[in-house]
Amino acid sequence: MYTYTEFDAAFVAERNRQFRAQVARRVDGSLTEDEFKPLRLMNGLYLQLHAYMLRVAIPYGTLNATQMRQLAMIAERWDKGYGHFTTRQNIQYNWPALADVPDILDALGEVQMHAIQTSGNTIRNVTADHFAGAAADEIADPRPIAELIRQWSTDHPEFQFLPRKFKVAVTGSEVDRAVTLAHDIGLRIVRRDGETGYQVLVGGGLGRTPMIGKVLHDFLPEADLLPYIEAVVSVWNTIGRRDNKYKARIKITVHEHGIEDIRARVDARYALIRPQFTGVDQQMLGAIRDEFSAPEFRVAPSNSYDAARKTDPVFRAWADTNLAAHRAPGYAIVSISLKAHGETPGDASADQMRVMADLAERYGHDELRISHEQNVILPHVHQSDLPAVHAALRATRLGTANIGLISDIIACPGMDYCALATARSIPIAQEIAVRFDALKLEHEIGEMKIKISGCINACGHHHVGHIGILGLDRAGVESYQITIGGDGGADAQLGDRTGPGFAAGDIVPAIEAIMLAYLAHRAGPSETFLATYRRLGMAPFKVALYGEAEAERSRRKMEAHVTA
Amino acid sequence: MPREFTPKVITANTLLKGDVVYLSEADNWTPRLAEAAILADEADAHLRLLDAAARSHEVVSVYLTDMTPATSGPQPMHFREEFRRTGPSNYFHGKQADLK
Repeated sequence: MYTYTEFDAAFVAERNRQFRAQVARRVDGSLTEDEFKPLRLMNGLYLQLHAYMLRVAIPYGTLNATQMRQLAMIAERWDKGYGHFTTRQNIQYNWPALADVPDILDALGEVQMHAIQTSGNTIRNVTADHFAGAAADEIADPRPIAELIRQWSTDHPEFQFLPRKFKVAVTGSEVDRAVTLAHDIGLRIVRRDGETGYQVLVGGGLGRTPMIGKVLHDFLPEADLLPYIEAVVSVWNTIGRRDNKYKARIKITVHEHGIEDIRARVDARYALIRPQFTGVDQQMLGAIRDEFSAPEFRVAPSNSYDAARKTDPVFRAWADTNLAAHRAPGYAIVSISLKAHGETPGDASADQMRVMADLAERYGHDELRISHEQNVILPHVHQSDLPAVHAALRATRLGTANIGLISDIIACPGMDYCALATARSIPIAQEIAVRFDALKLEHEIGEMKIKISGCINACGHHHVGHIGILGLDRAGVESYQITIGGDGGADAQLGDRTGPGFAAGDIVPAIEAIMLAYLAHRAGPSETFLATYRRLGMAPFKVALYGEAEAERSRRKMEAHVTA
Repeated sequence: MPREFTPKVITANTLLKGDVVYLSEADNWTPRLAEAAILADEADAHLRLLDAAARSHEVVSVYLTDMTPATSGPQPMHFREEFRRTGPSNYFHGKQADLK
């Protein structure tokens, strides 16, 4: 993986030195809060409901064991012994004291990490497929280009005061695990006639106006990618709406101008700036790519794996749900669930972080990944080591076999922590997981992605959940709106609202009603919830949620609408 | 007829730790809602808010929030303030632990 150059290390150290001085000036009164706030946000420090919150970038979700141990140390020394992994492959600390933050940033700098541009109207942490460099279905590793974009966007003088935040995601696989269609820019590495290039998507995003990205360029050679991205951001920086925060994201710019107009503007800008890119970026990319060369995969027999599968049903259940196909023979990708039933999605204790770090070092070529689904990945584990890995995970409550199932829920921090939230998310996720574990229906239901957001900003990606739950404040009471049929994959789709929302006490029974309706109506065990919904539409789920009368009323309304 | 003024307290987060505090009758910051001054007069509430917000070396994010007066002290009218005075629901952290 990428290691800092002297330049990188000096840059981060200098930024930390500046921030230490800024904190000191705030505390001694020389800076007002209005002056200080943009400075702390540039360094990932928010003020939330109960305390400050520090958001630390995990570039394209990649960590090594040393870094994970440092995250554990920070959690213990300066926080309450845990960290929260987010849908943007970051980690958040919920309880840092202001005066400790400069020390935390220095500790991060020691292991080549930082919190720069994890907030504010800048280009944020570049996310990528969490199976990058390991997946059997991958065309190319998306991380080198993600790292190049990080270096280009960090402190880019033209892009420090954008109309709004800007998020880039990259996938190197046709199976889109990076939700590229819901990003300001989504990049897909594609192969055409033996050539590798990039499909550039623009204008996707969730939030209060959810939109699926549109294809801006179908096939761009790698050498042209960085100037092209610069042209896109530059065009939006010029014409993006600064008059209205809710219309400032590029998705609105694309929507208002139309994709053809945006493409023409980008092409014009690109023609102007392309000559400035003389190839230095390509040299840098080459050097970066060398650092992401694959580990030396071991060739060894897998007898112990086969034996454990036969003799240990708990291991087998875990292997069936939590492993994914690796590109190297004899290897597997291990997804470690941070979703033990009843626990907070995405949270890991310092002890758990250290266990995962140890496992990565001992069995996983020193690599860890954070997924946007709030789990941790060991991307390269030889099958013969899986029984030992599983045993160690189980011993620290990390062995839950539920990846991709109904309890593998994405949930934003919600009103338990977030100052923007309109309702809580975490307790809803906990209750759903516990309920379906008790019903023993999880495996029967099969593939099911529930995503929960505690406000309209949609950090919990509820629009693209097979079931999405949005927490709102309705007349001073927490209320939850359900959408179904969303999908965050290669053909991403936004979910459809089922109807009126549910009170906090009624939301788990509502999800149960949807699941029972699915089980009753599916064509067979191999038909997923999403497939059943696409075949049957909303009607059976509406009946399950609101009863026959309400379903009939809305059917008549629909028909009247169609005839009209 | 003017609308009746809903009683309020002044709340904020401390600058150094970010924890939730309330303005007491004696103009001190207290972590306990029960010790907060309940402001029943609109003009007085806004004046005290101005003074409180000026103490930016002590606190940030200062605002007035609706309360129902009770013998045990002010009671939040909105669930957000209920969470702020208690702490998160997933762990026994924050005020519920600190003020035990």
